[in-house]
Amino acid sequence: MKVYVDNAATTKMSRTAIDAMLPYMEALYGNPSSLYSIGQAAAEALQRARETTAKCLGCEAREITFTSGGSEADNQAIISAAALGEKKGKKHIISTEFEHHAVLHTLNKLEKQGFEITLLNVHENGIVTKEQVASAIREDTCLVTVMYANNEIGTIQPIAEIGAVCKEKCVLFHTDAVQAAGHLHIDVKKQNIDMLSLSAHKFHGPKGIGALYARKGIQLTNIIEGGAQERGKRAGTENVPAIMGMAAAFEEACGYIDKNSAKISALRDKLIDGLSKIPHSILNGAREPRLPGNVNFCFEGIEGESLLLLLDQKNVSASSGSACTSGSLDPSHVLLAIGRSHEIAHGSLRLSLSKWNTEEEAAHILKAVPEVVAYLRNMSPVWRDLKESKKKFIL
Amino acid sequence: MALYSEKVMDHFTHPRNVGIIEDADGIGEVGNGKCGDIMKIYLKIKDGMVSDVKFETFGCGSAIASSSMATEMIKGKPLSDVLTVTNKAVAEALGGLPAYKMHCSVLAEEAIKAAVKDYYDKNGIEYPIDSPICPAV
Repeated sequence: MKVYVDNAATTKMSRTAIDAMLPYMEALYGNPSSLYSIGQAAAEALQRARETTAKCLGCEAREITFTSGGSEADNQAIISAAALGEKKGKKHIISTEFEHHAVLHTLNKLEKQGFEITLLNVHENGIVTKEQVASAIREDTCLVTVMYANNEIGTIQPIAEIGAVCKEKCVLFHTDAVQAAGHLHIDVKKQNIDMLSLSAHKFHGPKGIGALYARKGIQLTNIIEGGAQERGKRAGTENVPAIMGMAAAFEEACGYIDKNSAKISALRDKLIDGLSKIPHSILNGAREPRLPGNVNFCFEGIEGESLLLLLDQKNVSASSGSACTSGSLDPSHVLLAIGRSHEIAHGSLRLSLSKWNTEEEAAHILKAVPEVVAYLRNMSPVWRDLKESKKKFIL
Repeated sequence: MALYSEKVMDHFTHPRNVGIIEDADGIGEVGNGKCGDIMKIYLKIKDGMVSDVKFETFGCGSAIASSSMATEMIKGKPLSDVLTVTNKAVAEALGGLPAYKMHCSVLAEEAIKAAVKDYYDKNGIEYPIDSPICPAV
């Protein structure tokens, strides 16, 4: 049995998505900008994909710009809002401490260009409030960007409430919905979202493709200059097969949100309940509201990379916020943001489920994880000090 | 697994000399929990030789493998040889480590030296100054 529980990293493509792509690699490979028939067939397909994507978000097709993925969409949304703000002398941006690096690094860059950035605290439960946003907004605020759901700990933010605050104060609101799209119901109009980023490979679509929704009237700044594709806002020949795969995967995912969510969250709850029994462990992020597929724990006295390697030996593919898995010395900024100490954050485990995970797989995980944790604790000098009361348990 | 060599995976999944020595003659602990690596080495010394060695490690796969390999390299060796074991030798014996994991082998070298120094200190023997160690933080 191979148990893949790293769906927040990427997902296996759905058959529907693959089948939607194939014709545009084989017969209909034309460039959508060409006027002969296979080019025009590609252009028409592109329009259909745009309409499908828009329908899933509750917006108009012309409000969708296809990008190379979530990171590019985040970059373009933030840089566009900053450019619009700068014209009016507004150079203050509000975000949160636990955004994806695609957002945080873009904000760092803007800070160096003279923007002022306020990062809101996300508390131990991993949720910001609309009150925090409201009190952080100033006369010169040009953008609020808050992720829809966190990629590591799965906590869902009060997006509609924050959207309402931003609308009332006339500040643009962007959300990085990479982990939410296809998994949660999104309606950009009802939720007062001005801009939204998504990525296909998080909902069983292909890698290297994503979309940026930007409300009509918001002028986007180009990240990639060149031809007039995407209404002149994103140059480069459109990746038609990937776009077709994304639209098909998105439509399929959005059509089954309730059904999938019920099944996946039942497995999630089983895993959370089971792993909570491991002594000196803690669930990271509030239990609710939480992505249906996210389980994230810290286990005191062990380090995450060795945990992952041993789980891999037991055919479980998962991830961790440990420094050793990132190639840097610091553990996950998300776990630090919710107040975990460095020592604890190194011992984290994220399991992210999909509709294809089964009860048998959950049972396998619930057997494998406690075994591996016990094994590693047994050779850990930190654990010995804790056990012999030379150090105090944190968890 | 492409991240690590077979040798690293072997020492990681079947670590040699794991555990503690209750009446150790020298103990060395290096690294710190903040960075995610702590290594502790226990030595039993007889007639100037390492008669037994055990380790405990909190850390990633390469940290555990480096500790395991280091203990194998010094077991049964005279202390003069033990002090010549370098991090590079540990890494080479493991069939190489990814560049950003080399500090794990450094930790292994430092843990060995810290344990020998502890033994020397306890027995009033001067520790050779050309083998510096960085203590645990």
